[in-house]
Amino acid sequence: MDSQPRKPAPRQRRGGMFGGPGPVGAPTEKAKDLKGTLKKLAHHLRPYWGKLSVVLIFAIASTAFAIASPKILGHATNQIVDDYVAMKAYDAIMENLPVGVTLPAGTTGADVLDSIPAAERDNIPSSQIDSIKSLDLSTRPTFHFEAIRSIIVLLLALYLLSAALSYIQGWIMTNITQKVTYTLRRDISQKINRLPLKYFDKRTYGEVLSRVTNDVDTISQSLNQSLSQIVTSVVMIIGIIVMMLSISWLLTLITILVLPISFGFIAFITKRSQVQFVRQQELLGDINGHIEEMYAGHQVMRVFNGERASIAKFNRINDKLYQSSWRAQFFSGLMFPLMTFVGNLGYVGVAVAGGWLAINGHIRIGDIQAFIQYVQQFNQPIIQTANIANVLQSTAAAAERVFEFLDEPEQAANTTKPVTLKNPVGRVVFDKVVFGYDPKSPVIKGLSATIEPGSRVAIVGPTGAGKTTLVNLLMRFYEVDSGTITIDGVNIQDMRREDVRRLFGMVLQDTWLFSGTIRDNITYGAPNATEEQMIATAKEAHVDHFVSSLPGGYNMELNEEANNISQGEKQLLTIARAMLAGAPMLILDEATSSVDTRTEVLIQKAMDNLMRHKTSFVIAHRLSTIRDADLILVMKDGNVIEQGTHTTLMQKNGFYAELYNSQFTEAI
Amino acid sequence: MLSGINFTAEPGQTTAFIGSTGSGKTTLIGLIPRFYDVTAGQVLIDNVDVRDMRLRDLSGQIGYVPQKGVLFSGTVKSNVTYGNKRASTKEIDTAIKVAQASDFVKKLEGGLQSNISQGGTNVSGGQKQRLSIARALAVKPKVYIFDDSFSALDFKTDAKLRKALQKETAGKTVLIVGQRISTIMNADKIIVMDEGKIVGQGTHDELMKHNVVYQEIAHSQLSDEELARNKNARKEAK
Repeated sequence: MDSQPRKPAPRQRRGGMFGGPGPVGAPTEKAKDLKGTLKKLAHHLRPYWGKLSVVLIFAIASTAFAIASPKILGHATNQIVDDYVAMKAYDAIMENLPVGVTLPAGTTGADVLDSIPAAERDNIPSSQIDSIKSLDLSTRPTFHFEAIRSIIVLLLALYLLSAALSYIQGWIMTNITQKVTYTLRRDISQKINRLPLKYFDKRTYGEVLSRVTNDVDTISQSLNQSLSQIVTSVVMIIGIIVMMLSISWLLTLITILVLPISFGFIAFITKRSQVQFVRQQELLGDINGHIEEMYAGHQVMRVFNGERASIAKFNRINDKLYQSSWRAQFFSGLMFPLMTFVGNLGYVGVAVAGGWLAINGHIRIGDIQAFIQYVQQFNQPIIQTANIANVLQSTAAAAERVFEFLDEPEQAANTTKPVTLKNPVGRVVFDKVVFGYDPKSPVIKGLSATIEPGSRVAIVGPTGAGKTTLVNLLMRFYEVDSGTITIDGVNIQDMRREDVRRLFGMVLQDTWLFSGTIRDNITYGAPNATEEQMIATAKEAHVDHFVSSLPGGYNMELNEEANNISQGEKQLLTIARAMLAGAPMLILDEATSSVDTRTEVLIQKAMDNLMRHKTSFVIAHRLSTIRDADLILVMKDGNVIEQGTHTTLMQKNGFYAELYNSQFTEAI
Repeated sequence: MLSGINFTAEPGQTTAFIGSTGSGKTTLIGLIPRFYDVTAGQVLIDNVDVRDMRLRDLSGQIGYVPQKGVLFSGTVKSNVTYGNKRASTKEIDTAIKVAQASDFVKKLEGGLQSNISQGGTNVSGGQKQRLSIARALAVKPKVYIFDDSFSALDFKTDAKLRKALQKETAGKTVLIVGQRISTIMNADKIIVMDEGKIVGQGTHDELMKHNVVYQEIAHSQLSDEELARNKNARKEAK
């Protein structure tokens, strides 16, 4: 199995074309079935439709208020400008009046205009004529502070309301997303327990972990931000266009005409930068791989004089990486200045055209100010929509992976009427068992064997012969494809998985200890054991002696990797644990690498004590274990090709005898 | 770590090292290709201190096989010729054959040109180890160092490999670090290590007579009957 190349966990790529998370112009992942995935996602959101509509309404309202404000601010400016112009006009008229002449009450600006020569009248800007005409010349006009104040109060109220709505909207949305992701995580974690081990054989931890963390995170983030952003952006775009049109169709046209130029630039740049970003990622992977490889194989590289070649290879990749990173950054760096440049072009257009319109009295200063504000606001939602499109793509990809995971076939459920063994004696029978990790290529092809209670079974055979697989089947980590395995006459498939596993004690090569005290580790399988039982077991497992020399004795804390005790001591502890748990059957995996010889002897003695009167399966490497076994199962290519005791098998002079004798052929 | 180490490994002979984990075997042989330098004393190859040689020249004399097969990304061929780019097709074939790797290399779709992924993850542990051995053979060095290089192989392949190696390494200096008594018991000289010191040197028979540590190791792995039988087998061979 270790020859299978493992697929690396999918690289998380997020982010969009413009800023946002991730580099500018970086490529996005795409979902295979966008529609189906979005449907499923919508299904998960169903319980929250009510809240979601509140979010939508609030988002729309908040945006609408935000859009209205520049126009209202424009009114304030208009008011100030009007008042100022009126004051100037009044002063001008009054200064130019012949000395001694007073105007009768009720004289208006219109009367004065009529009285001056036409040539001079033409000098007055047309936009001011109207305000002069309506001017009451009896008193000096002042600023209409009440009107301005009420506009400002209205504005403040709108800003506050908009902010409040947006806050509440965000708050509700966060609530929803957190609940959705909570359920997703819960579903995933429950799913993990129902998945057959087969699933995990084919995948790396990173891949499975990435489902629970990264993918769910991506979904959560984009639900939280993007969903309301879509709404606000669309409302913004429409709203702003309407507002712009209400001010001036000409200025709106100028603004909109600039857009295709922006889009053209964006398309041009992203097309080029994406290629470079992909390349950069690949090269980054290459260079990391090379470093990792050279680091791991440093001694080999040195002793085979590989330094020069290795450095040359590094430089080659590094050069390429430099080139593509440089290009990627260059192109994506162009984006912002170009966008600003194009934006400024539009700005200039609006300012020039607006100025001209204002002079001709078609538009008022406050309107230009409002319009310019709209132009500035206009780019943001457009950029956002483009960004969201990308975020949604990667969200869909993440959601798709999560749903795929949730849809994986699960292991067969436990039987409805599970059988429990009252007093298990440990008679195990394999009957024509067939099994393959991939059903198409079975690794165990028709295995039959009978193991009497209390006997010691040695499983031997070359690497890859299926020794571990046999154990996996026995413990029901995997289900047989055909045939049966019975314990005391009961098919293990008629028992609950937990009950089957409870029948076995396990001591494996990879000792599994957890951080906690030595006592906790020994009593793991039998939490109710008394101190006396625990110590008696520890003595039998040859643990007591070394534990009493440790600081703290049984209360000594093992650390995370349990590397504060030796490898051999760890093995002794796991033996003690299995002993105390008192399961009627045992599975032992003998270590291939030797610990120091004295501990080795202790381990063997402890193992012997442990196996006494129990049916035990030993994946054997030591010849002494094999020789002393009651039954030897000789495995080759997934089949038990020979079985018997050491003596009978040696007499048979078959594969076992060959295997055994190969130990003693002439060595170098 | 190590102290008071004195021994000579002769050309044409096999010198083996045995001892429990942490006894210093791997550190000791690491002094030869200068993975580490001695704090005091000297390591000499043909009477020249390894520290006085150019690293390139030193490395060219050593065929080193690490504990765990280490392969680099590339092809089967690029891995076998890693230490000797000029190896001929025939030399490559021989190296692979001796390393007992020809069967599985033939089975690979691309043969010699098959891809080896980063860290050699697409071949099994035993296959990695065999290719590592082929790589050392292709260098045609004066000194072979096998650092417990046979542990990932099953008994049978192990035995076959050692038989083939015997011819290939004739006349060369062979150093073997071993865990299994059966791997090293036929060496010309066995060096028993314990806690960084040499606690015994000699042949298997000598050590069985006089060396307590060696006896302990032997008895933890083999029965008296097997040891006796083995003794006879070797007598016959001589």
